[in-house]
Amino acid sequence: MIAHSIFFYTFSIIAIISAIMVTTSKNTVHSVFFLILDFISISCLFIMIGAEFLGMIMLIVYVGAVAVLFLFVVMMLNVAQQKNQWFSSEDSSKHIPVGLIISTLIFVELIIVIGGWKYKPDLFDINNSVELSKVSNTHSLGQVLYTDYIHVFQISGMILLVAMIGAIVLTFRKRTGVKTQSYLKQISRERSEGVSVLNVESNKGVKIDD
Amino acid sequence: METLTILFDQVYKILFLLVPVLVSVAMVVWLDRRVWAFVQKRQGPNVVGPFGLLQSLADALKYIFKEIIIPSSSNKVIFILAPIVTMTLALISWAVIPFSATQVLADINVGILYLFAVSSLGVYGIIMGGWASNSKYPFLGAIRSAAQMVSYEVSIGVIIINVLLCVGSLNLNDIVIAQQNLWFVIPLFPMFVIFFISALAETNRPPFDLPEAEAELVAGYQTEYSGMMYAMFWLGEYANILLMCAMGAILFLGGWLSPIEIYPFTLVPGAVWLILKILLLFFLFALVKAIVPRYRYDQLMKLGWKVFLPMSLIWVVLTASFLFYFNLLPVN
Repeated sequence: MIAHSIFFYTFSIIAIISAIMVTTSKNTVHSVFFLILDFISISCLFIMIGAEFLGMIMLIVYVGAVAVLFLFVVMMLNVAQQKNQWFSSEDSSKHIPVGLIISTLIFVELIIVIGGWKYKPDLFDINNSVELSKVSNTHSLGQVLYTDYIHVFQISGMILLVAMIGAIVLTFRKRTGVKTQSYLKQISRERSEGVSVLNVESNKGVKIDD
Repeated sequence: METLTILFDQVYKILFLLVPVLVSVAMVVWLDRRVWAFVQKRQGPNVVGPFGLLQSLADALKYIFKEIIIPSSSNKVIFILAPIVTMTLALISWAVIPFSATQVLADINVGILYLFAVSSLGVYGIIMGGWASNSKYPFLGAIRSAAQMVSYEVSIGVIIINVLLCVGSLNLNDIVIAQQNLWFVIPLFPMFVIFFISALAETNRPPFDLPEAEAELVAGYQTEYSGMMYAMFWLGEYANILLMCAMGAILFLGGWLSPIEIYPFTLVPGAVWLILKILLLFFLFALVKAIVPRYRYDQLMKLGWKVFLPMSLIWVVLTASFLFYFNLLPVN
């Protein structure tokens, strides 16, 4: 039990400190690295409370995919010169009230949500937790997701699909004059299309391009 | 006192796993170079020790005694962290690999997800190294590898789903035991091929070694590294390759199961079978390195997103429909 609490406090302290460092570090790339550290320690916390599936998915989705893309974009911006000027520059002070208002709103919303949370009455029932320990985490999640909440699950999948298609449509442009390779075209080329014999008259030449 | 005993027991187990892994990484580098040389009708490293077996040890000694140079304009903390991250991530994934029904360091419920998660973190070592070097070639190599590894992870994930549909569990031992009658390489052969090629891309092996394409990028993300730090990148890379081979052996070749369940074969311990299967896959990796020319970058991306991803998705639908229609879905 002591080891458990030692690990819990280690991971939560790392999570909180790195969350603070995300917003305060001067270099944007460092911020992203602290964000990754935050994700990793939170997934460790998930694993510690027995939600190993959630912890692993957190690692795979957020750290393995989303944060890589973050890092990709931030590194491309060439931020070596352009540092995070939140605390140093003078004209940033007019952004602070707006930020404070937004963060207060989110904080109040969080309190309302947590205060109004209704726990399932049998959540803390000992029999129930024994029942849960027999079935593995992944099985129990699947049994709930694909039965009781199948419609919500499908709808959220559709929303993600629509968002993906929307993002592709918004950024897609048809470029002209780009040479792309088409395997089918290359393979299906015949000799008769590619080669033609011309009689070139002296001093006149021949036009190759049509 | 009891806690200490448990602690020492665990440390002993970890050392018993990690030391063989590190030694076999060194041996496998030698094997790789020898196979590569034989395909090209050369001798390869054959001077140090019998058959050149000690070549990797000699190389390691050379790296240890070289000076570590940290470029003055680099981001020093991240520059030093990058090889450590690569090496650590390559080694921690061995914790869940089952060498027999009981010989596994951590027999966790979500073993395959853990392997997948750790292998998807592997890209960070490369990105960190490339960015912290603050130099053009490493940065280009890092960007290439980030795009490449993220693309091929998607198809590896879908292939894993294929296997999981047939098993009904995320535990690696369950995956192995589910193949007792039929190794998954037979019913899922196309997936095995795609997994093998994706593993090549995931570990930056030729023909997909664009992040370190020596003709264009010097050595890619490793360009600014020297001495022991370079050796750590190198060890991490080969440990990752071995891990991918182990993953292939467990998912498709029946892990520690013996090929034929009859008397003389059942005497051989499971660990030996697993190691033989890993070596077989590694031999294929080495052959591919010797006989295939490097892909162009746009072809690599096209292969990942337009060929492998749709094919493995279609195969998921086919597997699921087949299992459902013939009532073969695993139920526990």
